[in-house]
Amino acid sequence: MRPQAVGRSVRRVEDARLLRGAGRFVDDVDRPGQLWLRIVRASSAHARLTGVDRDRARELPGVHAVLVAADLDPVPRIPVRLDPFDQPLDAYLQPVLADGRIRYVGEPVAAVVADDPYLAEDAAELVAAELEPLPVVLDAREAVDPGAAELHDGGNEALVLERRYGDAAGAFARAAHVVEIEVEVGRHTGVPLETRGLVADYDEALDRLTIWGATKVPHFNRGVLARLLGMEERHIALRTADAGGGFGVRGEFYPEDFLVPFLARALRRPVKWIEDRAEHLVATNHSRQQRRRVAGAFAQDGELLALRDTIWHDNGAYVRTHGVVVPELTLSMLPGPYRVPAYEGRAHVALTNKTPCGTYRGPGRYEATFARERLLDAAADELGLDRVALRRRNLLAPDDLPHHRDLPVLGHPVEIDAGDFAGMLDAAIERSGYEDWVREAEALRAEGRAVGTGIAYFLEKSGGGGFERARVSVDEHGRVRVAAGGATLGQGIETVLAQVTADQLGVEPGEIEVTVGDTDLVSAGGGSWASRSTIFAGGAVRLAAEAAAERARDVAAELLEAAPGDIRLQGGRAAVAGSEERSVALGEVAAACDAASAGRRGEEPGLTAARTFVDAPMTYPYGVHLAQVEVDPATGGVRVRRYFIGYEVGRAVNPKLVEGQLVGGAAQGLGGALMEAFRYDADGQPQCTSFMDYLIPSAAEVPPVGTHVREDAPSPGNPLGAKGAGEGGVDGAGAVVAAAVEDALGVTRAVAAVPVTPEAVRAMAADRTVPAGA
Amino acid sequence: MSDVHLIALTVNGVRQEVAVEARRTLADVLRHDLGHTGTHLGCEHGICGACTVLVDGQPTRACLVFGVQADDCEIETVEGLAHDGELNPLQEAFSAHHALQCGFCTPGFLMLATALLRENPDPTDEEIREAMASNICRCTGYQSILEAVRAAAGGEKAPAT
Repeated sequence: MRPQAVGRSVRRVEDARLLRGAGRFVDDVDRPGQLWLRIVRASSAHARLTGVDRDRARELPGVHAVLVAADLDPVPRIPVRLDPFDQPLDAYLQPVLADGRIRYVGEPVAAVVADDPYLAEDAAELVAAELEPLPVVLDAREAVDPGAAELHDGGNEALVLERRYGDAAGAFARAAHVVEIEVEVGRHTGVPLETRGLVADYDEALDRLTIWGATKVPHFNRGVLARLLGMEERHIALRTADAGGGFGVRGEFYPEDFLVPFLARALRRPVKWIEDRAEHLVATNHSRQQRRRVAGAFAQDGELLALRDTIWHDNGAYVRTHGVVVPELTLSMLPGPYRVPAYEGRAHVALTNKTPCGTYRGPGRYEATFARERLLDAAADELGLDRVALRRRNLLAPDDLPHHRDLPVLGHPVEIDAGDFAGMLDAAIERSGYEDWVREAEALRAEGRAVGTGIAYFLEKSGGGGFERARVSVDEHGRVRVAAGGATLGQGIETVLAQVTADQLGVEPGEIEVTVGDTDLVSAGGGSWASRSTIFAGGAVRLAAEAAAERARDVAAELLEAAPGDIRLQGGRAAVAGSEERSVALGEVAAACDAASAGRRGEEPGLTAARTFVDAPMTYPYGVHLAQVEVDPATGGVRVRRYFIGYEVGRAVNPKLVEGQLVGGAAQGLGGALMEAFRYDADGQPQCTSFMDYLIPSAAEVPPVGTHVREDAPSPGNPLGAKGAGEGGVDGAGAVVAAAVEDALGVTRAVAAVPVTPEAVRAMAADRTVPAGA
Repeated sequence: MSDVHLIALTVNGVRQEVAVEARRTLADVLRHDLGHTGTHLGCEHGICGACTVLVDGQPTRACLVFGVQADDCEIETVEGLAHDGELNPLQEAFSAHHALQCGFCTPGFLMLATALLRENPDPTDEEIREAMASNICRCTGYQSILEAVRAAAGGEKAPAT
């Protein structure tokens, strides 16, 4: 019998088209008679916008429209998608076009539509914004000072979030040791290799809008667009397309997601917009940037008694669709995989004259893991304890589970239901050969080289809340089709859903056609974010495929004159167990579900079933990052020599895909740890608007990454037992590199910020009192 | 605007004529005028390499070349790699080693690796890493790409699934 598809590293169903160059990305979509849109973006970080001179652009032959805020009354502002809504954020939402005020370089000022993209760029250069400069605010901590120049009428502090449980003040008062550090995470973002883009086509006769290029949360975006355009949702269709990476930033509702369809409807012509890379780096969400003070109260033996945390979160110029979820997650995920009896945290969500922020893979976890693991390293050094031993001392034990924390994560308190935290640490150390890495580093330091090792433990979160729908159908040729919620972002969701279906219907995954994220095929859905699609879309597909299989067995039993319980589905056929010569092709079973036959049985026609999977609890995967690095004290360069990730995934539907997520996540995390940061000059001019300035790791910088995926603790809350796999690869990378660099240089409490720049390394190397080789 | 030139290119063995503005990039000519949308644009400033095609056998950033500069040249794109519908060994190796996720950078890496293996059929691991470091992938972390090129070079059989 054929082995189960779930749990096996089957080839991806997406590969055949992508390897031939036959993928269909948004720029591959062309509509007859289409026009091209170009955004005119603000060149100043903070200014009053007193007017826009568009006459010269409008006079250029081939230009069809130059839209500015004054043409829209009122100017729509883009709503928040994600809770929490502790208080209204309306005063900080971004208008689709700058409305009397410019708040960051790159803010859309006008939208030009022309016959071709070259002409649209020519015309955009003829649009002139009339500006009266205002003082800029570029630092989150300074932004919330009373004297700071104000970006918004409500001030620069969108919100102060406070999260607490237990008696933290008492614990700090009684503690034998209090360790406090200040740390900083740089301004990173996802940088998918495909920039954003949209094509919108409006059918006037039917009042129907069709859009290509939306992804991630198509149903939510359809609802927003319907409201902003005053259309009915059922008159808007979002079509699925391939997407060149998401990482949190792609697929949210941005100003262009309004402007492109709005202009397509207004001009009665298809409109296409493809973001260029220079735009992307100032227009698409930034993320991560925080300054924070974090303190731990420790008993004499290293027992962690309480944590205290103050965050200044640099959200950029507006609150976008993610609301304040990143600072909230940063607070709520700080205790991580440890027993922390008391906690109090406060986050100042500050607005500054920079590109607005949203989530980026591992939001809140990359930042929280960096702060907490830096604190534990500092505490271990101060208490004279081994860094690994201090962690082992404080990890959640089996007796602690299930573990409840009164900290909200996307609306629900933290509930860690299953896990073997110490077992993961032991396994990661053993499988990686970490103790050999430590000995090797010591030996190399004895030769005068600056080599060191680090460890970072992280808690991840995935899925949680909401629902997804799916339909599984078999036609009379035996072809299986799956339509499900979720979105293709390159993660391999089509393959995962094909695997789940294959096992229920007894067909090969490669023969199953999967479509996700098409609003006409699936009426409602949550989308692909928060590592939720295997859990939710996978859960829905599992339920739908089970139901379709049950129907197939019932109908086949009639055709074969056997009992439904004796029918086995395998190899594309339904056969009677024990006498396999009595069988019928799945397509014939489907054919027997024709309308007339089904009607006679009092059933709906078709071998098909649709199901909804709802309300799976949040899952909490966890894992360990280990690294060995070599530092060049002269140049400040850091080379990652060895890297390993241990990860608990509950159930791996496709181990190779899980490994791919971990390794790819590590590459992004290492980028943030060593290379990536958006920098601004004193006037708020972005200094990183190309890949020559915003540095992405290449094959020369990313080391081989070893992985060990464990399935110790399947999630009881979903049919597959799966936990999300998308973000654990990134979570610990900043923390582990910082630890290893300190170890390499023989310094403590020295690496307080990522990325660890060559300048910082040179300064640390110069400051250290004990040379590395001593 | 009216600076239009008639050029002739051979793309994947097929000679084609096209009228282009002098400022039109080869990438746009291939994608939008000739329909070879497998060549992707990731940065349009020559860093990411997603648009890598072979021009007279040399790996070239199609975003940094004007169409008129490619007049009379032989262009090879990702669409020319498969034969009779069958993936070639390099493409097979990419699938077997999970060397692609979103697939956007993949055509560029495939063309880069094609040129490498023609020039150096048995590269060392370091030579593969150095060559592949010309392009950017944001999904895979590269090691599966390096393994796939290694496998294609060594003629290693793709693992069964």
